Order: sequence, then C-alpha cells, then structure tokens
Amino acid sequence: MKYLEEFRDPDLARRLLDDIARITTKHHVLMEVCGGQTHSIIRNGIDRLLPDEIEMVHGPGCPVCVTPLETIDKALEIASRDGVVFCSFGDMLRVPGSGRDLFSVKSTGGDVRIVYSPLDAVQIARDNPDREVVFFGIGFETTAPANAMALYQARQEGLTNFSMLVSHVLVPPAIRAILDSPTNRVEAFLAAGHVCSVMGYEEYYPIAEQYGTPIVVTGFEPLDLLQGIKMAVLQLEEGRAEVENAYQRAVTRGGNVPAQQMLADVFTTVDRNWRGIGAIPRSGWALGAGYEAFDAAERFTVTDIDTVESPLCHAGEVLRGTLKPDECPAFGKECTPRTPLGATMVSAEGACAAYYLYGRFKELEATP
Amino acid sequence: MTIEDWTCPMPLRDHPRIVMGHGGGGQLSAELIEHLFVPAFGNGELTELADAAVLDLEGSISFSTDTFTVHPRFFPGGDIGELAINGTVNDVAMRGAVPRYLSVGLVLEEGLPMAELGVIVNSMARAAAHAGVTVVTGDTKVVDRGHGDGIYINTTGIGIMRDGADIRPQRATPGDVIIVSGTMGDHGMAIMSVREGLEFEASIRSDSAALNHMIGDVLDTGGDVHVLRDPTRGGLAASLNEIATAADVGVLIEERSIPVDRTVAAACEMLGMDPMYVANEGKVVAFVAAGDADRVLGAMRSHPEGVNATIIGEVTDTHRGVVAARTPLGSIRVVDMQVGEQLPRIC
Repeated sequence: MKYLEEFRDPDLARRLLDDIARITTKHHVLMEVCGGQTHSIIRNGIDRLLPDEIEMVHGPGCPVCVTPLETIDKALEIASRDGVVFCSFGDMLRVPGSGRDLFSVKSTGGDVRIVYSPLDAVQIARDNPDREVVFFGIGFETTAPANAMALYQARQEGLTNFSMLVSHVLVPPAIRAILDSPTNRVEAFLAAGHVCSVMGYEEYYPIAEQYGTPIVVTGFEPLDLLQGIKMAVLQLEEGRAEVENAYQRAVTRGGNVPAQQMLADVFTTVDRNWRGIGAIPRSGWALGAGYEAFDAAERFTVTDIDTVESPLCHAGEVLRGTLKPDECPAFGKECTPRTPLGATMVSAEGACAAYYLYGRFKELEATP
Repeated sequence: MTIEDWTCPMPLRDHPRIVMGHGGGGQLSAELIEHLFVPAFGNGELTELADAAVLDLEGSISFSTDTFTVHPRFFPGGDIGELAINGTVNDVAMRGAVPRYLSVGLVLEEGLPMAELGVIVNSMARAAAHAGVTVVTGDTKVVDRGHGDGIYINTTGIGIMRDGADIRPQRATPGDVIIVSGTMGDHGMAIMSVREGLEFEASIRSDSAALNHMIGDVLDTGGDVHVLRDPTRGGLAASLNEIATAADVGVLIEERSIPVDRTVAAACEMLGMDPMYVANEGKVVAFVAAGDADRVLGAMRSHPEGVNATIIGEVTDTHRGVVAARTPLGSIRVVDMQVGEQLPRIC
C-alpha cells in the first residue's frame, strides 16, 4: 500500500520519538481532535511510547459519538416504519439510542442497510421507486461532500423517494467550545487531517491567535501523528502559537474548493446539540435553501421522543478531554463494547472503545 | 462448472426453478435425488436410498456439524457448496482426525434456479472428492419463497481419530510457537467485495479449501502439535482469544509477522477493518512445541494451501487469558474479541 507503509516505518518512528523526547522539558497536554487519530494512537501504542511529560487527551471528533440522542431516536423511529429503507454507515448501527439501536430495529423487521457511500443509498432509491429511502447523513466536514453530492444528484434527477436525516457537525466551533470551557487543560491541538483536506486550515488562524494555542494539521499514520506531536511540542516549548501543517501530502491551506462550493450550495450553518457536550453555536450543517424537500426530519414527522441517557455515562467529559475513559467509574464494568452506555464505547473511533479494545490491560507494559 | 455449463438431466428440465414439490417427498423429490444427488455424490451407501447410512468404524471418532448461509451464494474463489464441504472437513480435521463421511442437509427456497442448485451440488461433489470424504446421507426441504435466502446447507462430518492424537485448545502451553498457514482475511474480504451496497473492484478471492491433507502431513512429521484451529468467523483474533481463555495462557503475537495479502490489506484500510478480525475458510492456526516448529512449517509449505505458512507469535505464562500484539513500533496492545460483526467505519 503505497503512501501508507512509508508512514509506518518503525525506524523513522523511533527517530521522531527520540526527537520528541529531546525537545520536551515540561508537561504538555495535547488533544488529537479526530477519532481516527485516537484509534491510530491507541492501536499503534503511540501514547505509551511518548515521554511521560506528554499527555494525549482525546477529542470530540468521533461522528457517531457526538450525534445527538434525539437524532438517533428519530432515526430509530423512521427506520421502524413500513415502506422505509434506512441506509447508514456501518458503525451507526450499534449506537445506543434511548433503549435500543438500529440493529434491534432491523431484527424486528425494519429494512436497515449498511452502505459505504451515500451515493449507494441514492442508487437504492432509484432501484426501489415504491419505497422511501432514507440516508443517515452524519459526520464532520469529511463525510459532508459525499452527502452533499448525493443530495445534489437526487435533486437533479428529481428523485422524490430519497431523503436524508442530516446531523453534520463542524470541528472549529468544537475547538472553540473546548478552549472556552473553564475546566479546559488542552494546550495544543492536532487538527483533523481529513477534515482539513476538505476545508483547508484558514479557519484555524483566528483560533490560534485568540487563544494562544498551537494548532497542527495532522494525518493518521504513525509517522504523521508523531510529526504532528513533535511540531506541537516544539511550539509549546518555544512559546509559539501558530497554525502549522504536518499533513502536506493531503492538505492545502485553501482545501478542496469545489467540495466547499458544493457544501455551501447544499448546507446551511446552524446551532447544533452535541451528544455529551451540549449545544454549540453555529457548529453544524443542516439542509439549505432548495433542499428542504429532502429533509427526512420534515418528511417523517416524528413526535413523542423522550430521550434518556444513562446516568452512569460520562461520555461528555471524555469528549471534552476532562476525563480519561478508564477514569470513568463505569468503564469496563457496566460499560463495555458489548453493553455500551454511551456512543464513545461503540465506534472503533470512540475514545472509550479504543481504550477498551487496545489499552485495557496496563500491566502488559511490563511484558518484555 | 459454471451455471452456463450445467445441463440438467431430462426430468429436471421441466422445472427451471425449485418448486415446493421438490421437498415434498413425492416424485419431484425422487427425481432430484435420482438425477442430481446420486450422480453427483455417487457411492454405495447413498445409492441404496435407505433411511440412514450404516458405517463400519473403528476407534474414536471426531464428529462436527456446521450450517452455511453465506450470501451471495457465488463469490470470487468459491460458492456455498464447496464452502459447506470444506468447512466441516476442516472442523473434523482440527481435532487430529481423518475426515471420512459427511451428511448434507439442504434447505432450498422456492424459486431457486435449478441450474444454480446443479452447480452448487456439483461443486460440493468436487470438493468432497478432493477432500477424500464420502457423502453418505442427506435431506432436502423446500421453504416458501421469501422464507429463505435461496439455499442453506448443513453438513455434518465424521472422522477417524489418528492414533495418539490429542489436539484441543486446552493444550496450549507456555513456550508453544504459534503458526498460521497463510494470509489472513481473504474469505471475509472476498465476500465483502461482492456484497450489495459495498461492492468494490478488487481481485480478492476466497481461500476456501479443505485442509485435511495438509494437516495429515503436519501430523505425520511427528511434531508435537497441541492446538489446531481454523480461524473462520471472528478471524484470527477470535481464535487466539478462545485458545488463550480455554488454556488460561497468554498469547503474544508480532503484528508485523501476520501475513496479509496486499489487496486485502488495502481493502481493509478502505473500509476501516482489521484483517485479524476477518474470516478465513482455508487457513489453520497451529500451536506447536517450539522445537517442532520447523518440521510443521515445512509440511505446511509443501501444500498449495500452506505456502505462506509462518510463525506469528508464542504462548506466554504472563497475561493469562489475554491476547497481546507487539505493534510495528514496538509497543504492546491488547487484541480483544469483536462484539458482533466488524462494521465498516464512517471515515
């Protein structure tokens, strides 16, 4: 796999780790924003190879984790209806709503299908003109262009049986919300590389300046992550707070302009409720002018939703970086991937699931 | 044989699709048996068309059953028929037995094209001949259209235990070397590549294969083999976890040593999946006394199914019940069991 294996080279990783150890003189708290980065850090054991002074906390960038409970309950309700084909990315199926998930809807007769792309859902709509096909359009700026393209195509073709339950969320407002929090400990951010490949990183300059916080655009392979960490630590050690790009092979400052144009055409910026975190102003996208007819939330009037979160779940604190997953009293006890109380224990990108899967047994560090 | 090549014998042609009567025990059932099953599996026991087969067996036997529901029925590198034979042959062989006899139970959905059934049954016959096992009894039922997925197959197998063979998960012992017979994840990703909604263009083929001949040669080396396991559903990770729990030992594998086909690795990257959790249908994981590893590897590599056999790790007396992997960067992480099926990630 070209462009992947080169970025997993153990010798170069060792050199970067040595560099990081050499430049680190004091304790620093870094947050990787994206769940994909969390997954890679834990899977490769990078957090254990870093100097003790470097503390990685895991950010809110796991789309299935922050999708609001009421949206999930809406999805469950729509997916249960006769005549509906409900299409979703795979890892949404096990996310708990109030008492059940999409798998249990499927088991009781709902037509729930896993697709890899929203365009596949459009195809299902074309193939099944007598069924209502609904796509669960969630995610950050990364998944948004494909969702926008699906909506664009559906509108061009005049597909009347396709709609989308949209709950997109945006990274920069989330970073601001974390920095504004009185309990914030994060001193520098590794910005999500794939988000930036779409959006560029112009938006981060005012944040870095206003809060005096280094932001380094970072990729997902071990060498990408170590390079991002090294650049962030160097800024902290030197007292700088700049925006830097450690993921140049995928990200330009301006980003993917045609994708941005399509996003602006299809979506409009709205206030958004984040599961576990709460409302963040202007932190999401909803369907914009001209696309109202494709809004599944409008097409299927869903009432009587009574959302219930588990009182034991501390996912919000985990997502804000104020609590490590294994510091949660329910971690590994009431809450496991088998019996998730919150969404962070479900997705492979969720911090709690990543901790559970890859890092649960700390005594293993003693293994020679 | 492909569907196009199969010309069904005269009486079967009257019904291009399976109808309820094919499972009714009347003339249509009899025609299926006489013109399809008996010619395909032709052997003394089956030809007698008695209610049950009578087998002369000596010594301990290994006995296993499995049911096959794979969708789609035809996939790159195989079909549900050969999978149903190979799967049970392998299960029987994993205990150190020589697989001999199989039963075949078919559940057909009304409307299944006769030509497809013909191809599947002939594929089963070919797989059975290759594995050296005889189909001695069978049954066919037909369910209403919409109550099945075309065809489900149950196979049950009997094998004769080799002298002195004691191969079971509980025998994994600290110091054992862990060997896999080839690349991981081929079958699961081949199925994934043709599944509706996820199709991607890749040249990945299922590894479906009977392993009894290779395992026979492995055991003929006289090497001290403690555990054999075919890492099917749940993949390598599930097999290793089951063995670590059963024997109360630790398992430490070198992630870099796990053989993965490049295309499979790329497909897994794309879908956010881990080859260690993806199903195999023609691979074995062997736990072997350290001194005998070379002999076992040599025997595996002399078979086409085992050319990529390699050592991936060892059994430890630390972290009992836990499977750990050393990452390419040198850190250690836990390899847990998946909860359900692995789900493609969002981004």
